[in-house]
Amino acid sequence: MQLIRCPWCGPREEVEFHYGGQAGVAYPADPAALSDEDWARYVFVRDNPKGRFEERWSHAAGCRRWFTAVRDTATYRFER
Amino acid sequence: MSRVDGYGRIDRTRTLTFTFDGAQYTGHPGDTLASALLANGVRRIGTSVKLDRPRGITAAWGEDPTGLVQIEEPFPEPMLLATTVDLVDGLVARGLGGRGRLAEVPDTARYDRRHTHCETLVVGAGPAGLLAARTAARRGDRVVLVDDRPAAGGALLGTERICGRDALDFVADTIAELRADPDVRILPRTTAFGHYDDGFVLALERRTDHLAEPPRNVSRQRVWRIRAGHVVVATGAHERPVVVEDNDRPGIMLAASARDLLHRYGVRVGREIVVFTTDDAAHGAAADLEAAGARVTVVDPRPGAGGSATRQAQVVGTRSDAEDGAVTAVTLDDGTVLPCDTLLLSGGWNPTAHLFSHVRGALRYDAELGAFRPGEPLDGVTVVGAANGTFDLAGCLAEGRGETPEPVARTTRVVWRTEGDPARQFVDLQRDSTVADIARAVGAGMRSVEHVKRYTTIGTAHDQGRTSGVIASGITAELLGVPVESLGTTTFRPPYTPVAFAALAGRERGRLYDPERTTALHAWHVEAGAVFEDVGQWKRARYYPRPGEDMEAAVLRECAAARTGVGILDGSTLGKIDVQGPDAGVLLDRIYTNLMSSLKPGRVRYGVMCGVDGMVIDDGTVLRLDEDRFLVYTTTGGAAPILDHLEEWLQTEWPELRVSLTSVTEQWATFPVVGPRSRDVIGAFAPHVDVSNAAFPFMSWLDTEVDGVPVRLARISFSGELAWEVSVDGWHAAAVWQRLLDLGAPYAITPYGTETMHVLRAEKGYPIIGQDTDGTVTPQDLGMDWVVSKKKPDFVGRRSFARPANLDPLRKQLVGLLPVDPDLRLPEGSQIVELTDALPPPPVPMLGHVTSSYRSAALGRTFALALVKGGHARIGERLTVPVGEALVPVEVTGSVVFDPEGTRRDGEPGVH
Ligand SMILES: [Zn+2]
Repeated sequence: MQLIRCPWCGPREEVEFHYGGQAGVAYPADPAALSDEDWARYVFVRDNPKGRFEERWSHAAGCRRWFTAVRDTATYRFER
Repeated sequence: MSRVDGYGRIDRTRTLTFTFDGAQYTGHPGDTLASALLANGVRRIGTSVKLDRPRGITAAWGEDPTGLVQIEEPFPEPMLLATTVDLVDGLVARGLGGRGRLAEVPDTARYDRRHTHCETLVVGAGPAGLLAARTAARRGDRVVLVDDRPAAGGALLGTERICGRDALDFVADTIAELRADPDVRILPRTTAFGHYDDGFVLALERRTDHLAEPPRNVSRQRVWRIRAGHVVVATGAHERPVVVEDNDRPGIMLAASARDLLHRYGVRVGREIVVFTTDDAAHGAAADLEAAGARVTVVDPRPGAGGSATRQAQVVGTRSDAEDGAVTAVTLDDGTVLPCDTLLLSGGWNPTAHLFSHVRGALRYDAELGAFRPGEPLDGVTVVGAANGTFDLAGCLAEGRGETPEPVARTTRVVWRTEGDPARQFVDLQRDSTVADIARAVGAGMRSVEHVKRYTTIGTAHDQGRTSGVIASGITAELLGVPVESLGTTTFRPPYTPVAFAALAGRERGRLYDPERTTALHAWHVEAGAVFEDVGQWKRARYYPRPGEDMEAAVLRECAAARTGVGILDGSTLGKIDVQGPDAGVLLDRIYTNLMSSLKPGRVRYGVMCGVDGMVIDDGTVLRLDEDRFLVYTTTGGAAPILDHLEEWLQTEWPELRVSLTSVTEQWATFPVVGPRSRDVIGAFAPHVDVSNAAFPFMSWLDTEVDGVPVRLARISFSGELAWEVSVDGWHAAAVWQRLLDLGAPYAITPYGTETMHVLRAEKGYPIIGQDTDGTVTPQDLGMDWVVSKKKPDFVGRRSFARPANLDPLRKQLVGLLPVDPDLRLPEGSQIVELTDALPPPPVPMLGHVTSSYRSAALGRTFALALVKGGHARIGERLTVPVGEALVPVEVTGSVVFDPEGTRRDGEPGVH
């Protein structure tokens, strides 16, 4: 049971958290202006690196705040 | 009897009686079943799993591969090691042939769980662990010290000296010091069986099995969930044998185990003992057994080892002419036959580094030791003492203190096996796996030790290859002619020892297996004889059968009441989110497909939410409470995920919006009062409220008080009938519900459950998100283009509606199905194909599937909802639904099969 550091609550057990996928994928400013392909890229396509990955997490069973964390997908280690 | 006076820590003043394989024996408090059996001269414990060969006790503690027993009394339990079963009066056990039998009666013992936190967790209370615990405690750490034995001291026998004192006195003093420290918790009889990320360790504490009369208020076992800043692994080492021909007979044992049995339990395992060793430690065992009165011959192939009495030779086989199959002689490589009643083996020591390996600590092969030991250190984990490959006492104490010990010369000669018939050289005694099996695996092309172990099953028994694993690696390497380190290492995985599922389950069994959520009216539903269904963790009343009614009859009656009179439902489980703030309307406009900001306070609007992919994720009604406040109703299952969904958008995309969200699901009880007579009931319930259509129109709400209790009335309908929803806080829910029943009595108000609710909504084509949809269904697919705003520039999911796939006319769309036989109810999930009276050869093109299917009281027939390819364009067509062997013709209709004109919403014409 890994510990994840919530920026508001400190280290808590991973079961309290909800995974939110890749961080930094902003909602397009004007979706209507995007081509179908660009929109599909936003909706469906995410990075899947081995190693360092910026992710969104939500402290779902705690303070309910979303935050961005950097995790190594090979070792599961979070950067502090 | 082979008990020796003056040895052991057992209480000889008291005698315990026990039964093994039908015969009665005696032992003493402090004995294990194994020590008591050996003291009584019982050497054969059972037979082997595949070859039916007699087997005895091979080791003194949890590393024993052979001594498995079935406990019958006090409670039936299979596959326990005789070496770790505490002897209690009245114990009944029998030996096993490799397989046990689960109890046929329920386990009445209780199991539990505890959590604890500490700066330092020390696993193992041998000399290294004790020093580590003392060092941490003295520096002010909170310390947890767990040890799987009944008493601390680890492998210390009482013959050693520490700091000029008797070693066991030193242990007692150290334990006393630790006990006096309020920040130290000592857990004996506790096995740390799993080590996970970030200092998380699971340990099983055995609390009562050793007690003659266990207190009823104490759980039998409990799992400790320990979160430690630092984990010190001081778990010692296991001796390994040398493999010789016929090395599996009773009376053949590890040398250190025989020494342990002598000093711990006063048991001398034999009178005529041969010790075959390639390591120094066994010479000490030989000397101790000789001092205790045994005749001992030491065989050691290392030149000069052990002095002049030692025979410089190798044991190559054993013989038995005893009735119990126990060893009666050994053969040396020079041809000598030595008569004996016991053969002790020692080929060196394997560090017990499991807890280091559990957290992906790499083990490295040490050719001098002939064993794997911890390699690269890990953050937050320290391995000390024998577990680290440091076998001398001074070195163990130094590592326990956190110091680097003086190096000690290694003298072990690594010998995996001697000459002999590989088919009778047992590597894993529990699995009956031999050197010949390894040779077969290598012959079949296996090169990785992991493959060899899977092929031969070596290391897969209860002991996980504690004594056999590295030998299998060594023999594999020899057969392949490569160094052991080139074969790769074994990764140990939890659990370190078998753990009963009952212990892991703890209190979470039976009714406590999963949390149950009940509404404020639960007691009433139970009293009313409701049949419940699980909706997520909620217990919801499904229907209320009257005597003699089955579900179908009850639901038809309940449906008829709601359509012709008045019914009442406990709808309290619907999710409710309080949305507050000046930008609340802006947020909801971006989340819902339709416009919410234009809703006036006092009014209600139905809305649909989609993901960015344009697929429906939830639906429900929205009440505008005030200019800056909305109450969002979600589906029962959507309560938590939709709150998360709103928070995600609010926090990560639109943090500038001034909106706060909170769940109020549990705060409100909500009762739909449904049917043409509902106005009479609500009018009587709140006589000061004008409930006419003009004053209280559809999709409006108001707050009022009834006898001083605040209630909210809303005209919302999930059935197409005239209906109100009455909402009240949980405290007053039961009283308000009863009041509504009393006032409804003249109209035969009928409580109905979720099944009737589903039929009523399905007759109106209202989809259940998650039943009629599956994450690939758009509002347009549901025939709800009207709920998708054309005015709003954007909302979540909008852009996806313009994707070519979303515009495909052959998308699956929600339609109604009327079986041509009005009595036939289609099974939900049935596939739908083109109209046919004979299926074409497969693959048969599938058009869709039935999502909801019921018998309708209002229509006097069955009907269904279905997702059908291009379904909207197929209305009026006939299709076929294969049901078992039958091909059922159905007619496609619109999804609203009852009152499509919506004439009943404001009440039946003529009623009021
Ligand atoms: Zn938090």
